[in-house]
Formats: sequence, C-alpha cells, structure tokens
Amino acid sequence: MSTSTIDADIATPASAVQIVDQHIVEIVSDSGEGAQTCGQMFADLCARNGNGIWTVEIIPAEIEPPSRSRAGASGNRIRLGSKPVTNAGDCADIVVALNEQVLYSRIDAGALRPGTTVFVDKTWAESPDDDIRRRYAEAISDFNARSYFVVESPIEAECRKHTDDPKKGKNMWVLGLLCAIYDLDRSSVGANIAKRFAKKGEAVIQKNLALFTDGYDWALAHVQQRYRIPAQKHTQPMVVMNGNQAIGLGIMAAGIEVCSMYPITPATSASHFLAQALQDAGGFVHQAEDEIAAIGFAIGASYAGKTAVTITSGPGLALKTEFLGYAVMAEVPLVIVVVQRGGPSTGLPTKIEQGDLLAALYASPGDSPKIIIAPATIEECFHFMITARKLAEEFRGPVMVLSDANLATGQQPFPKPQLQTDWLAAPVDQAAWDQSVPPFAWDAETGLSKRPLPGQRGGEYVLTGLAHDEESHVAYESAINQKTMEMRSRKLAVLQSALQPPKVHGDPEGDLLVIGWGSTLGCIEEAVDQLRAEGKRVSSVHLRFLSPMEPGLKQIFQKFRRVMTVEVNYSDPVGAPYITAESRRYSQLAQLLRSQTLVDIDCWGQVPGSPIPPSKIAAELRRRLDTFAKEN
Amino acid sequence: MQGLHKEWEAEAAPRTCAIEDYQGAAARWCPGCGDHAVLNAVQRLARDKQLPPEKTVCVSGIGCSSRFPHYMATYGFHGLHGRAFPVACGVRSRRPDLHMFVVTGDGDCCAIGTAHWIHTIRYNMDLTILLLDNNIYGLTKNQTSPTTRTGEKSNTHPRGNVLPPLNPLSVTLGVTNASFVAQTVDWNPPHLYNTIRAAYEHKGTSFVRILQRCPHFTSHIFAEAQSDMSQCLLLLDDNGIPLDPALQRLFPNRAAHNPHDLANARAVATREDVYPVGLLYRDENAARYDRQTSQGLGRSQAEKIAATEKWLSKYEI
Repeated sequence: MSTSTIDADIATPASAVQIVDQHIVEIVSDSGEGAQTCGQMFADLCARNGNGIWTVEIIPAEIEPPSRSRAGASGNRIRLGSKPVTNAGDCADIVVALNEQVLYSRIDAGALRPGTTVFVDKTWAESPDDDIRRRYAEAISDFNARSYFVVESPIEAECRKHTDDPKKGKNMWVLGLLCAIYDLDRSSVGANIAKRFAKKGEAVIQKNLALFTDGYDWALAHVQQRYRIPAQKHTQPMVVMNGNQAIGLGIMAAGIEVCSMYPITPATSASHFLAQALQDAGGFVHQAEDEIAAIGFAIGASYAGKTAVTITSGPGLALKTEFLGYAVMAEVPLVIVVVQRGGPSTGLPTKIEQGDLLAALYASPGDSPKIIIAPATIEECFHFMITARKLAEEFRGPVMVLSDANLATGQQPFPKPQLQTDWLAAPVDQAAWDQSVPPFAWDAETGLSKRPLPGQRGGEYVLTGLAHDEESHVAYESAINQKTMEMRSRKLAVLQSALQPPKVHGDPEGDLLVIGWGSTLGCIEEAVDQLRAEGKRVSSVHLRFLSPMEPGLKQIFQKFRRVMTVEVNYSDPVGAPYITAESRRYSQLAQLLRSQTLVDIDCWGQVPGSPIPPSKIAAELRRRLDTFAKEN
Repeated sequence: MQGLHKEWEAEAAPRTCAIEDYQGAAARWCPGCGDHAVLNAVQRLARDKQLPPEKTVCVSGIGCSSRFPHYMATYGFHGLHGRAFPVACGVRSRRPDLHMFVVTGDGDCCAIGTAHWIHTIRYNMDLTILLLDNNIYGLTKNQTSPTTRTGEKSNTHPRGNVLPPLNPLSVTLGVTNASFVAQTVDWNPPHLYNTIRAAYEHKGTSFVRILQRCPHFTSHIFAEAQSDMSQCLLLLDDNGIPLDPALQRLFPNRAAHNPHDLANARAVATREDVYPVGLLYRDENAARYDRQTSQGLGRSQAEKIAATEKWLSKYEI
C-alpha cells in the first residue's frame, strides 16, 4: 500500500462505487463532541437499511478527560455487513478522528492497519497554538509512516459555515460524510435527523440538516472511496440494543419485579435502563448500601414472593458469595447477572474478560451446586433472562447469568421478541398450603421440591442456611447432611438430562475442535469459517450451559483429533519459563472440561482486555494445526 | 377445620390464635438467658394482636438471639451473620401485608452488620427491630463485642477490653430519617412487652435495644441494675411507652421526655450514669422507603406486557 496524504481540496471526485461484503468504521473524538451519537445514528441507519451491524462504544475511563488526549477518545466502532454481523471484527477500514491525538488511542488498541483510511480534522494545522500545530504535523507524518491513507479534512471549517459552535456540529457533518461514502439515501437520513432533534425545535433541526448535507456534499466532491454494502430489507420487525439493555428488557419480559444492585462497571447500565423502565411494569430498582445488601435484599424479596434479580460484576460477585451459598443451601430462587470485566481484584473495570467462570462456580464455601448460563449474543442476553427466572423457580435456587463487557456495550439487531404471558412470573400464591407437605419435600429421584411463601397458611417454616431436614429444622445428623447434599446436587443432573447436546459449527469430525463460551461466539465462528474456507478440518462448539454443561460433549470431542478452548481469560503459555505439563494452568472452561471429560483438552486463553479478533484466532488455529501436522 | 367443606371454612367460627399457635420449637437458649423474656413478649404480642401466623415473619442473622425465628411458629428467615436487615428490607419491599420482626444481637447488628443497620434505619421500612444486647458474643463463646464495656475480659481480650463501648442508641439517633428509638430491659417484663408493642404499632422502622444478661458470660454486667431500680431512668410521656402507674413508681428515677425532641433524645442516650428506658425518639412523618417499593404491586400480566412492549418498541428499527 502506497502512502500519501491527500489534501482533500484537490482530491479527485468519486468515481465508481465499490461493492463490499463488510466494512469497519470508527468515529473518535474528545468526550462531548458527539462521536457516540454520530456512530449510533450511522449504525441505526445501516441497520434500518437491512445491513447486519455490530457496534462497540469507545469510552474513556474518565467522565471528562482532557481534550486532545490519547486516553480521552470517545466514540464508536461500527462493523457493517451484508449478512448478520456477530462481532466487532479486526482492523478498521475507515476511521474519522476529530483530532489526531484521540486517534492514537485506537492505534494503541491495534484498531488500525496499513491502508486504513483516516479522515482527520485539519483545523489543528492552523491552530494559533504552536504546540498543537507541531503535534498535529508530527502525527500526520507518523500516520503516513504507518501507511494509513490519510485524508486531512476541513471538518471544522465546513461546520463554521453553519454554526458558531462547531464542537457541537461536527458529528452531524461526519454523519453526512459517512452516509455519502457508504452510498446511503440522504432523504431517509434527513427524516431521521428531524425525528431525533424534534424536541429541540425547528432551528436545531435545520442546522443539523445543513451540517449533514454539507458533509454529504463535501464527500461526493472530494472523497475517492465510495462503497456499497448490499443489504436485505428485514422481513420482520427488528430491534437494536446493547447487551445490558437486552438484559434489562429480558428482566421485564420475565416478570421480575425487583432488581437489587450496587453500582459497578460494567454492569450498572443494565440497572440504569431498569431504573427508568421497570416501574412501568410495576417493579423497582433498589440501590443497596453495598453488594452484600444488594443480594440479601433480592433473596428477601424472592423468599417472600417473586424471584428477584441482582446484577453485578467481578468484585461484586466476590462480595456476594456468602449469600450465594445461602441461596443454594436454603434453595431460594434468585437470578444473579454477572457482567464480567477484567480481573483479578479491581482489574480492568471497563475492559473485556471471561475470567469469572470459576469464581461463579466455586466461590462459595462447601459444595454449592448452582446453575450457570452464558449468553453468546445480544439476543440471548434478552431470552436468557426469561430462561434464568424459570430455571430458578423450577430448580429452586440461584441461577447465574454470565455476560461480559463485550456484550454489555456491543449493539446488534435481532428479531423483535413477541412478548408472551407465560414468560412472566406467576402471581404470588397465597392459597392455603397442604400442611402435610414439608417445606423441603425433596423428590427422592430429582431433588426437586416446592416452596411455601409467607402468607400461605399451613406452610409456616423457618428458612435457614444451617444444615436442615425436610421440615427446615436445623439438623446436624450425618445421614441428613449426606442426603440433602445429594438432593441439591441431583437437581443439576436432572437439568442436564433435559438439555440437548450442543450443535457443532462445521463438520462433526475433523482435526481440531474449538470450544468457546459467552461473547466469543462470533469471533470464533468467523475464524473457523476462514480456516474451513482454506480447506482446514476445523469445527467449533459454543456452550451456553456451564453448570450443568450440555450433555454429549465427550462423544463430540472424540470425533476430533484435537480439542481446545479459546477463552478471554488467562492461561499459562506453553514453553514459558517454569511452565511444564504439570505446572501449566489452563483457561477456566478448559479446566472444567478436562476434569469432566478426561479428554486432554488444550486451550488458548488471552487477556488483551478486548475481544480477540477473528484474524488472531484464525492465526493461532493455523499455528496449532501446523504444529500438529509436524508432530504427526 | 377437619371434615369441613373447603368453601365453608371462612364462615366457620372466627379464628382465634392462642399463645401456642405462635410457639415453635422449644427454645434452646441457656436457662436465665434474656432471650427467653423477649420471645415470650413477642409471642404474647402476636396473640394479643391476633397476628395470623402465616402473615408473620421473623428475620434474624446469626448468633444466640438469631435462633429466635426457630422458636416461633410463624414464617421465619434465619439468615447470615450481620445480614438480617437487607433480607428483611427485601421481604418488606413487596409485602406490605406481613407483620415483621427483625431479631439481632450486638455482634450481628453493631459489628458485622453495621452498614446495613445504618441504612436500614435510613430506609425506614415498616420493621420492628429488636436488638438483644448482652454485651458479648455468646454463640462463639465469649468474645468482646462492640458494646462490651472497657476493661471487661473475654477470650479475645483476656487482659480486658481496651476500647469504650459503642452506644447503639446514639448511633441510631445519629442516622438521618430514624423514626423510632427505644430502650428497655429484659428483667422488667411489663416494660419490655409495652416497648415491643409500641414498636410494633409504629409504622416505620422501630429500633428497640433490649439490655439483657448472658447468664454464661456476662451475668454480672446488669446484676446491680436488676436489683437496684435507681440505675434506670424511666422516660415518661403521653406519646412514650405506656406503663402502669404502680409499675412506674418502682423506678425511683423518672423523667419527662418528649420523644419528638431529637436533641434531648441524643442527650439522654449518651448518659452514662443511668440506663434510660422508654421511648427516646419518634418521628411519625419520616419518609418510608417501603411506600415506594410496593407502589407497583398488583399490576395485571397484560399491563406488564404492555409496559415491556412500550420499552421494547423504543429499540425498534
């Protein structure tokens, strides 16, 4: 790729529109310049157009970071495609940066490649501040050295034609630029802008339309590259949202009325949604004094009525573990959402990791069998909440839903769910309880039992976290302890017996099987598809149930010469100092699968704080296949 | 009513609950433990108020006193150490119809559960909190508690407690939105009963500290006060804890105290020369969080679906 800086004023007008399958666009700015709004509107337009999209928010760690700083980048990545898009993809094709410094945060994150087209506001070249002019010039020459295709664009100068406050207008101009580059129909965008700013009055609408039109026309006149990503109009109503909003809506659709939480990143935005919406459905969000109280409150509400939910992230999960064990022991239905972030300890609060699987499974002292499920898509974030509530009630205990920061902030369209009455929790039963039925009438086969609720006459009992018998009376006798542990554990086996083996993506046999869980679904399958297109015998399996696991895994594994997990959590790299077959610590799902199946399952666990892009997974899989080939 | 057709049951003789209807398992506290007196008082109150056992919930944490729910024949929740309060708040949040007692001890409330104590007072949901304060950890065998006096020896401070004790009354009175704070003693059953009754009748969180002996580890601490009534200061007011005049006269020290006077309540709470007994503070108008949390009860399934659909549609493209 040749490097050249295009002075936009002399660039040749666009010629042919190039047809592409998919593209990745990023918009970054200082916080407060509206790059997020621009990104969302652009993504929304593409989704309406029938394109598959996946968007990711680019968020600075601080609320108002200094302007023109690397750490301050705020914006969006939008991956658009002809087909449904399942992940944020690899490097960006086009990046629009409202200043050159924020672009560096994206370069540091590995978001750009040689050849990426970079639109950067050239207003900084004429800044009265010597230092700004110098840094701008240095950056542009550095961008060229990095082989980006740099288009210095008069963004601020163009915006000044329409507004005295270009900081508030650049985003609409950029939206125009992108809509022109991607050949979107400008009239439908105009209607969208009018709708978006309707509350702010006609003058604001007109100003934004003018900015948009200017950006659009400028692109037509000055930008060479233009693309069309063929789209198919949706045949059914679609919704676009992020994973935390999907969790919030799923909670409402499940008829859960109490969400008890304590603020923690990146889980809190689910509660922000619910704080607005849940009271319309008759519920409320309780912001507790701490994480422990948040789960305690939810358990209290569940004990006396409908199943409640608590939402947290890693450090909060650590604090909740005593109550989590209580919910297992006393068999209180409860939904616990864990939106994972980077750990250990406070770790990487805003970053992506799948590091809490073992913490979720084992954090409580003693044997505390519990159900753990992990959505792999935004759509599943919605539907799994309904499943979680039903499982919590049917199996009388806590159900943990492991999401992560990738799902929490990613946006994806999915078919609009048709809400159903049987998704909702049943009204609180206040009919008399058959006094001959004890509060823990464990079915000898399944361990399942029904619980009386306060208000049910004849069902009076005292819930306890101490070892207890069928009557919930404290019981320390060996035989009772042995039996009740068995009953609580049996429930997981019963659930597993009702599950189907997971589907294999690709052929049911081959050289390598990749196993994943959670938000890596799209990246893994895309990598597998790349390798399959190259003729490699690779398939993948993605688990949604982690405790109990879906059945039939060993049979699936036996059809492959090698099996490995790909996880966004830590594993010791093979060949590192002191790391031997005996000392190596495996990724978390790999540990579980090895112990459950006795299959020698390998793993590739990475902790970049971001999703592992498909190309990187594909490269690692290729490397593994080459190594296997040499070994044989 | 056995043999009676189900539908007729409601028209049968009105239900009357006897004291036995509130008695659960036989209490296994040590003989002479103050907890017995509190249990008797609560069972009597439930009988006198004819609380339906199925509509009554006792929530506790962990400790000797937290065994309380097991000895009631109502619904109960024997939870985790220090965590009775959040559980009780969760129960109350959607169940304005239940009668609720929260039983806690000085370790449970004033040490491991301190954060919840402060905030539960602030939430002011309708709960009757009974702090059974014997100045010691009993269940775990004689460790210093936050309310243990300076110099008292225990297994964790064999040379004597070095710190002054925490005052649960002044702490509670320091919390914004406190609405009912009282103190009573286990060795005066009429005052104990009347205090718990007033606490139950108060709408909001009522906090009752009950001074009581642990016959095993702290039998000496209130021994003098028990035999010498002058060590107590009986607080009297028309809005306070009612007590039979004959019983009032047994207290040589009596003082008029307006329970709406927060400043004086704080002054009385911190007196070290006497044990104030009676109602220190009451605010019937304090904000009630449970009024908020129970607001949406009773929505039909159709209303819930309509509300969810409204929000879902905002994301439609």
